[in-house]
Amino acid sequence: MPATLDKQPSDPPPADPGQLSRKRKRVADPAFRWFVTITGTSVFIILAAMIVRTTTEAWPVFQHQGFFDFLTGDRWVSGHSRSGNAEDFTGVYGAWPFIYGTLITAVIAILIALPLALAIAFYINQLAPKRLKNPLSYTVEMLAAVPSIVFGMWGLFWLVPNVLRPFFEWLESWAGGFFLFKGPVFGPSYLAAGIVLAIMILPIITAIVREVIAVNPVDQQHAAYALGATRFEVMRKVILPSSFSGIVGASMLGLGRAIGETIAVMMLIGSQRGWDSSLLQRGDSMAALIAAQFKEASPETVRALMAIGVALFIFTMVINVAARLLVWRIGRVAGDAAV
Amino acid sequence: MSTTQELTTGAGKARQTPTGHRSLRHTQGNAPRRTLSNRIAMSLLTAAMVVAVIPLVLILFKVASEGLSVISFDFFTTDEPTYRTQEAGYRAGFVGTAFIMAGAIAMAIPLGLATAIYLVEYGRGRLASVIRFFTDVMTGIPSIFVGLFVYGLLISSAAVFRMGFSAFAGSLAIAIIMLPIVTRSSEEMLKLVPDEWRNASYALGASKSRTVLTTVLPAAAPGLATGSMLAVARGVGETAPLILTVLGSQYLVTSYFSDPQGAVPLQVHSGAAQPFAAGIERAWGGALSLFLIVLVLVVAARWLGAKANKLK
Repeated sequence: MPATLDKQPSDPPPADPGQLSRKRKRVADPAFRWFVTITGTSVFIILAAMIVRTTTEAWPVFQHQGFFDFLTGDRWVSGHSRSGNAEDFTGVYGAWPFIYGTLITAVIAILIALPLALAIAFYINQLAPKRLKNPLSYTVEMLAAVPSIVFGMWGLFWLVPNVLRPFFEWLESWAGGFFLFKGPVFGPSYLAAGIVLAIMILPIITAIVREVIAVNPVDQQHAAYALGATRFEVMRKVILPSSFSGIVGASMLGLGRAIGETIAVMMLIGSQRGWDSSLLQRGDSMAALIAAQFKEASPETVRALMAIGVALFIFTMVINVAARLLVWRIGRVAGDAAV
Repeated sequence: MSTTQELTTGAGKARQTPTGHRSLRHTQGNAPRRTLSNRIAMSLLTAAMVVAVIPLVLILFKVASEGLSVISFDFFTTDEPTYRTQEAGYRAGFVGTAFIMAGAIAMAIPLGLATAIYLVEYGRGRLASVIRFFTDVMTGIPSIFVGLFVYGLLISSAAVFRMGFSAFAGSLAIAIIMLPIVTRSSEEMLKLVPDEWRNASYALGASKSRTVLTTVLPAAAPGLATGSMLAVARGVGETAPLILTVLGSQYLVTSYFSDPQGAVPLQVHSGAAQPFAAGIERAWGGALSLFLIVLVLVVAARWLGAKANKLK
């Protein structure tokens, strides 16, 4: 506790503030207030600056390629003009293969992570012994703190050769005729990236689902128990229906995370400029392409990468705003895995 | 009296089989099926929990077993001229990361704290809730996009303030990523300070700004430190924005506002991408040290946070 509260009543009363300090107060207080208000609005300034700056950088590419063509074209040929005028551009920029890679890896990640996160959230909130609750939730949240480069290295050097490659080979031999699992098997692929992404977005979904199911009124659950419901029935018929919108919001936040993830995906997706319907093939995602191409890119290509960044930003923005609106109702979610 | 007695014993019997369905005619009913489905569901939940813990254990084990042999005194004091060099280290990266993080902390924490003060102490009405909302949305912006933005702002040929690849550009990108995390966690912590304390301060004649600075902030200090440490833990492992802003360097760079700078995550990334055993080994060492930094920060933050909560 701060010393201010330890003062004994016998302490002398504060001295008269005096004319000078009262004057200063009249200036200092509004000044402080204005200062924090302006810093508070900095979030808008930063967001606006981000949108304006990247869009102006990327504008010539949209001019050169057309916005719709840019999103749907599936050829990507880097040009080498240096001027930054759309008329001088020589490359062809179709972002579809990368958009596809981003979406398919994110969808795989959600399909794996959502059921797991739901189960974990229910286990920690409803089933776990009281002493285990905190250690378990820390362990899951610890996953959120692992740097993505560590996930990438672990995935590339351990998970893919030891677990995923044998699994893919089995999958290919068993269901290779099905278009999703057509061979040949490489290690790095859409599926490998999606699986590692699932581990990475597990903590955020779990954290939010836990918050969502924690606000379900205990009285309601007790009422259901009193009617003779089993634990499973209480979860499925009492908690789940009232938490539905929050769970949708949580999975959309996870989706947004998965879409923006760069380094781990870049190391695991195989960096192939093209797209394939088979999940076992190599491809590329939007974020991974930006990071991988950047160092060797000509000025024109950097602008094209900016354009991909703008498209990526729009996707994540739409998903995030919708998700936050859905989760907003239950109040803000605390906990570091959620941020 | 006797009826109450019966009722309680009846309830007591039902308690012995809490999942069982009791009906007057069917003593069994569908209870076996429901008990079974409950049991299956519960064991599935437990299994999911086990499955979720496995990756963390595996990552920890793999990174530690590969990285421990690399980390030595030399690892922090030598540079890495080529990936093939046998005796080399990540000095350039550690110094670069320290530079970048120092700048990012200096930018993000004051700004985030001031925003949180606004939200908790001054913010009323629509502006505050819109700021809150967009702070939340900002946590979801892809880090690579932040890197692109800083590149467009400071580095590209059409940049507004052209200064080229530098540690400062990296700091700015990391600060933008840390900012919403600092704001949100600080806001939660400031909210925990009881209103009585503020009122006590006002009663002593303190102005609002003085109350905030001398009563609220010290009272919330451990919690604020917790949030800031978690934000630093998030920032220190970021790789993607650094590729676009500091570019990387194999040798020690001491300038802050010019020249490409190195960073541990960048060195790990490029080391792991090269087919040389020595470079890959060092990348594991770098990954382990990053992991340890993050782990220490998170555990320390938790410890501080638990202490702060006990005070309340």
